Amino acid sequence: MMASSYNAKEEDGHHSGASSGTGVSKNKKPDNTAFKQQRLPAWQPILTAGSVLPAFFVIGLIFIPIGIGLYVTSNNIKEFEIDYTGVSSDSPCYNCAKNFTWNTTEPCVCTVNFTLHQPFESNVFMYYGLSNFYQNHRRYVKSRDDRQLNGDLSALTDPSKECEPYRKSGDVSIAPCGAIANSLFNDTLVLYYVDSNNSISEIPLVKKGIAWWTDKHVKFRNPAGNGNLTLAFKDTAKPVNWAKPVYELDPLDPENNGFINEDFIVWMRTAALPTFRKLYRIIQKKSGATPTLPNGNYMLNITYNYPVLSFDGRKRLILSTISWMGGKNPFLGIAYITVGSICFCLGVVLLIIHHKYDNRNTSADIPS
Amino acid sequence: LFCFQILRKEERRVRANDREYNEKFQYASNCIMTSKYNIITFLPVNLFEQFQEVANTYFLFLLILQLIPQISSLSWFTTIVPLALVLSITAVKDATDDYFRHKSDNQVNNRQSQVLIRGSLQNEKWMNVRVGDIIKLENNQFVAADLLLLSSTEPHGLCYIETAELDGETNMKVRQSVSVTSELGDPNNLASFDGEVVCEPPNNKLDRFSGTLYWREKKYSLTNQNMLLRGCVLRNTEACYGLVIFAGPDTKLMQNSGRTKFKRTSIDRLMNTLVLWIFGFLVCMGMILAVGNAGWEKEVGSLFQSYLAWDTPVNNFLFSAFLSFWSYVIILNTVVPISLYVSVEVIRLGHSYFINWDQQMFCSQCNTAAEARTTTLNEELGQVEYIFSDKTGTLTQNIMTFNKCSINGQSYGEVTDPLETQPKRLDFTPFNPLADPDFCFYDDKLLESVKVGDSCTHEFFRLLSLCHTVMSEEKSEGELVYKAQSPDEGALVTAARNFGFVFRSRTPGTITTTEMGRTVTYSLLAILDFNNIRKRMSVIVRNPEGRIRLYCKGADTVLLERLHPCNQEVMSITSDHLNEYATDGLRTLALAYRDLSEDEWEAWSESHRFADKATDCREDRLAAAYEEIEQNMMLLGATAIEDKLQEGVPETIAVLSLANIKIWVLTGDKQETAVNIGYSCKMLTDDMTEVFIISGHTVQSVRQELRSVWLCAHCDTAGRRGGGVGKQLHGSPPPPPLPLSNLMDNISGEFALVINGHSLAHALEADMEAEFVSTACACKAVICCRVTPLQKAQVVELIKKHKKAVTLAIGDGANDISMIKSAHIGVGISGQEGIQAVLASDYSFSQFRFLQRLLLVHGRWSYLRMCRFLCYFFYKNFAFTMVHFWFGFFCGFSAQTVYDQYFITLFNIVYTSLPVLAMGIFDQDVPDHRSLEYPKLYEPGQLNLLFNKREFFICIAQGIYTSVVLFFVPYAVLSNATQSNGVPLADYQTFAVTTATALVIVVSVQIVLDTGFWTVFNHVFVWGSLGSYFIIMFALHSQTLFRIFPNQFHFVGSAQSTLLQPVVWLTIALATAICIVPVLAFRFLKLDLKPQLSDTVRKHTKTQRKPPGQGRLGARGGSRRSGYAFAHQEGFGELITSGKNMRLSSLALASFASRHSSSWIDTLHTQTVHTVCFSGENTKTVIKKKKNFTHTVFLSQNASVTSGSLQEATYRLMT
Repeated sequence: MMASSYNAKEEDGHHSGASSGTGVSKNKKPDNTAFKQQRLPAWQPILTAGSVLPAFFVIGLIFIPIGIGLYVTSNNIKEFEIDYTGVSSDSPCYNCAKNFTWNTTEPCVCTVNFTLHQPFESNVFMYYGLSNFYQNHRRYVKSRDDRQLNGDLSALTDPSKECEPYRKSGDVSIAPCGAIANSLFNDTLVLYYVDSNNSISEIPLVKKGIAWWTDKHVKFRNPAGNGNLTLAFKDTAKPVNWAKPVYELDPLDPENNGFINEDFIVWMRTAALPTFRKLYRIIQKKSGATPTLPNGNYMLNITYNYPVLSFDGRKRLILSTISWMGGKNPFLGIAYITVGSICFCLGVVLLIIHHKYDNRNTSADIPS
Repeated sequence: LFCFQILRKEERRVRANDREYNEKFQYASNCIMTSKYNIITFLPVNLFEQFQEVANTYFLFLLILQLIPQISSLSWFTTIVPLALVLSITAVKDATDDYFRHKSDNQVNNRQSQVLIRGSLQNEKWMNVRVGDIIKLENNQFVAADLLLLSSTEPHGLCYIETAELDGETNMKVRQSVSVTSELGDPNNLASFDGEVVCEPPNNKLDRFSGTLYWREKKYSLTNQNMLLRGCVLRNTEACYGLVIFAGPDTKLMQNSGRTKFKRTSIDRLMNTLVLWIFGFLVCMGMILAVGNAGWEKEVGSLFQSYLAWDTPVNNFLFSAFLSFWSYVIILNTVVPISLYVSVEVIRLGHSYFINWDQQMFCSQCNTAAEARTTTLNEELGQVEYIFSDKTGTLTQNIMTFNKCSINGQSYGEVTDPLETQPKRLDFTPFNPLADPDFCFYDDKLLESVKVGDSCTHEFFRLLSLCHTVMSEEKSEGELVYKAQSPDEGALVTAARNFGFVFRSRTPGTITTTEMGRTVTYSLLAILDFNNIRKRMSVIVRNPEGRIRLYCKGADTVLLERLHPCNQEVMSITSDHLNEYATDGLRTLALAYRDLSEDEWEAWSESHRFADKATDCREDRLAAAYEEIEQNMMLLGATAIEDKLQEGVPETIAVLSLANIKIWVLTGDKQETAVNIGYSCKMLTDDMTEVFIISGHTVQSVRQELRSVWLCAHCDTAGRRGGGVGKQLHGSPPPPPLPLSNLMDNISGEFALVINGHSLAHALEADMEAEFVSTACACKAVICCRVTPLQKAQVVELIKKHKKAVTLAIGDGANDISMIKSAHIGVGISGQEGIQAVLASDYSFSQFRFLQRLLLVHGRWSYLRMCRFLCYFFYKNFAFTMVHFWFGFFCGFSAQTVYDQYFITLFNIVYTSLPVLAMGIFDQDVPDHRSLEYPKLYEPGQLNLLFNKREFFICIAQGIYTSVVLFFVPYAVLSNATQSNGVPLADYQTFAVTTATALVIVVSVQIVLDTGFWTVFNHVFVWGSLGSYFIIMFALHSQTLFRIFPNQFHFVGSAQSTLLQPVVWLTIALATAICIVPVLAFRFLKLDLKPQLSDTVRKHTKTQRKPPGQGRLGARGGSRRSGYAFAHQEGFGELITSGKNMRLSSLALASFASRHSSSWIDTLHTQTVHTVCFSGENTKTVIKKKKNFTHTVFLSQNASVTSGSLQEATYRLMT
């Protein structure tokens, strides 16, 4: 910074440093306040052995039990995962994956059989998982129009620039616009139980209650159209990759159609990492003592609409039970146990070191 | 600039009372405008100025990048909000400053002045005064423009001005009009005055003016002596008339207002380097990620296009990588936080206020509080290694007391009785009713000698009562007040007064004294005035009996050469006495007289008149004439005056040297005086192995002496320690085996070096300076005597250059300004010698002893706080920013941010700024009195231990470690975790909220660990910031905001949804523990195993005080002949004899009580006697106007007193 020039006031001013006796000048003694004299009362913590070492032990003693609890809980959670991408030729979906074209009207269906060795108690959550799918790419993340998704009519016909290049189809604006919506996961998964006498029964899948409450009730709203979605969306085009327009996502349930279709909402909540899972369906616990998913053979019927092989992606089905802390998560428990143990050990080591050098310190005088 | 003006206009013509004629030249009006802006230009001009700052331009550049949609990785407001905040804070400050400047401009421009228009005086505003107008000034008025003095109410067209506003000198100066115009007494005559002035164009030389007045077909040359400059105040003159020559911006005052650069601290420089490194680091990271992006787009992205097409202009992966580079530059720019510079300024400002507010640096006698005049240097106060101190007025009070004398070979003043511990103070009142009650003397032998009428003693005191230029004032009978130019002279005249030779009054031709109760009037025939070359002054008086006698007093070296040969015996005794006095640290003068016969006087008088009238070489001719008569004098004796030390000086020096600060005294004084002051303030002690004195006059002898000093020190040390190996000194090697720097450091404390000015001149030459520095730095104390102001600055520059150490210069006089300016930190003592030093300084206070508090308390704290602040600040921003880097590897290097954009915007300016600011302003490791008790606590600052490149890398490493933990722990936990209702937690928004919360908590815990002094502010800020984070986050994620701006608040519901999950809190706790536990363990170990002194002091709250410093020292080694050139300004003799300064020269002597004669005294009364000790060399002085800390006026002055009159001081613009 530069100091600049002359200040005319100075021609009049009195120099504080000047000792010229211009009469009685006021006392310039600074105020004797604790603030100005830097004598504010203050707490001055010191990292003494008395405070640090117990802290380590306390952290250790808190973390280890939590870790054990987490680990046990996590271990009690049952999880089953199966990849149905169809990479290898012996995979049932190999043909579907390999022969995929965007223009087929007849969807390819494949069936994957699997066996659960343990019964799944209580509610079972069914996820689809994608790998190597960059939902967190910057251009992907921003490629949406929340105003449009919130039912704003002007945004419906004139979506945000962020949606490019999935903003308009010809002259008609796309609803929902953007790359996220365009790439909506559209495989249909149906689960069958094959019981011991080979009779196949479809497992009822609940498709509501899989999205965030705020998403479903605040963030996503259908445009006002007097209850008729077809009318509301009449000036819009369907996303390029979609087989059917947005108002036909779940034509049977008006509470789950259009923008507030929960599968759509779930997809629109982008994942943080390229490998992710999204909640697909919930298998409600049956009344009585029978497990939700008893052990035995199952059959997964896949309507294979969603190509991932082109970019080396993978698709999985995950079945999982849930505890108070969510799904299976062994890392957290192990991490807690590890950190707790390290803290405890550090505490011990520091205690030893401190005792070994203790004498020297207390006797040491302050050099002046 | 100056040359340009010369070229533009060779001369200026001004015709009095002729506005039409003068308007042709379009001279500037007297309206001044120091303000920079008006309402319309403020925004553009201010913004333009601010964007000249590199940092601001950089952020503007980022902002522009963000507006490109393909690059924009952050919303525009993430940069513009902090930038706007910073810009508006600065703009508000600038606007306030400018508002006050407008106000003061208006005030000045609207001042009334009386302008002579068409023969009558009319009130006009200053701004309406035109060049060529004649204006009337009254007593105590400011001069409105640069005026040619036309006439005054005083005799001879004299008028008196005070130039304190212009050059800071508080003594009064005399201006005289050209004789022809001085007769134009009244407005009517002046109205018809139509002289034309042709003069030089506007320039900034305060002491020069050349022009010619053409009037009635005659030429009169004009000099600076005829000019009244704007900014001066008319004093002691009823009224005067002046012709406006330069107005407004053309005035010398305005021409001198320049800009100057602020000093920068070493932390500043380090910070700038580090910021550059960080930029480099930023570019590297950008490159790495861009390469990653290229690879990713090639391998994955191109295949992924079915779901995510490339942006329109992007057609290949390389272009995408190029864009990605810029995108990453945008999101990683927070490693260089925009708030860094602002925060640093705020902290420094706070520290400056603490200095200003410190009661313990307030001097109640002079009602002066310490003042931080520069707010940017505070932390450097904690790193000072070398202090360069002036002696007079800094270490000493510049109060002189008549202490001893030698009369005709008999020494008085030594209290001989060793049994009497408290010698009795002599009471003069019964003997002499006119005695000064404040005068102290203890030896009654002298009084006896006066009483018995010893002729030599009488003649001695008669000389003291006659040979001086003191003015007296007698308000009522017997109540004498002396106004002396220098305190020495005042002390001598007061001594004579008390011993019965009372100087009563003077007229141009007479001096009236009361000698032993009898009033005697001497006629004053001549004053042979003092100057720095002559180093003596004489008067020639005729006593009532008609005998003519020359009385002379002067430096012994000069005077003893001019004695009559018959004085040999007295001279040798007196010389011994002089030696004794000098050894005691007293300032000595020798006194002599010479009887002149009437013929001799007549003859000399003739030659003197001839010399006086000479137009060329008048000075030399006068000096020769003086020399001619000051011969064959009879020695009367010598006087010794004590120069009192300032309060607490020895203690302060002791404490500062315990703090490992090396103190060099640079003084214009004699070697002996300087050495003695060295002893009395405990810089030199008898414990010292040797005090080396270097006083060679030739290059060879100086080199020889320096080598022998080095050899001596080396042998001594080698003998004691058996040698050692250390790193070599930088700089050119001195011829003897290289001094080993650590060896040299070890031996310090044993030796002291005293070097004379003329030797120093050789030592400072390029080939010897390295040798000099290494030798001098091996000594504990260094005293340079007889140095010129320029040499003072050279010494400072030398140390700056060779030792790379922080230097501090402290002084009070104009001769210290050069060193104050060149040292890293300049401290001005507001004391006896006016305020020039203060105006040029960075810090000012009124007592030397406050220096220990400034350095050891304020400086130390400032350094500590700044270091802790910077460490934390860099840590925090790396922890914050580097998370994006790690995330880059998982998001296809697409420059996706980890956090919500609002979080990025607010993190540095809201969530984390105040706790660290509070720490930077309030933190204390040990209380203030501890740092004074344990000066060693100061050492970390000198060694630069608390913030250096190593510490910086540690901070950075810790920051990066934290960022790794903050990214990978949530990554590992959340990638598979689900909410308790089965919804996966691995969505982007949950991840962002988790990481951000963990980050805020971790950096808050870190500041909790770093803060050592928890005042209420720290508590409020730390907990408040943490609380504000949650409140703001919940607000931003609320449904209300989303409903209003659905496209701006994408994160609706995230906070609520995420923070309700126990897994998220477990993740945050885990991340915090992993980040903090190693830090805690490391700090504990450091504290436990290698405690710093401050830690120990902090722990041991009750410790015994350290033993008091060494006792007073006894005898010291012999020193050579002393002599003292007194600190006069010349010119007063001339003024006295001309009688110009005495109104009623023709009236009776006794009428001093009248209004007129006392007016001169009255004015002087309001001044402090101003003593400048210029040593012939040019003094570079820069006078700084006192004003708010960013805007200062710099005038500079190049003073030389060797030339003629009182006002001969050469000013020169430095900047």
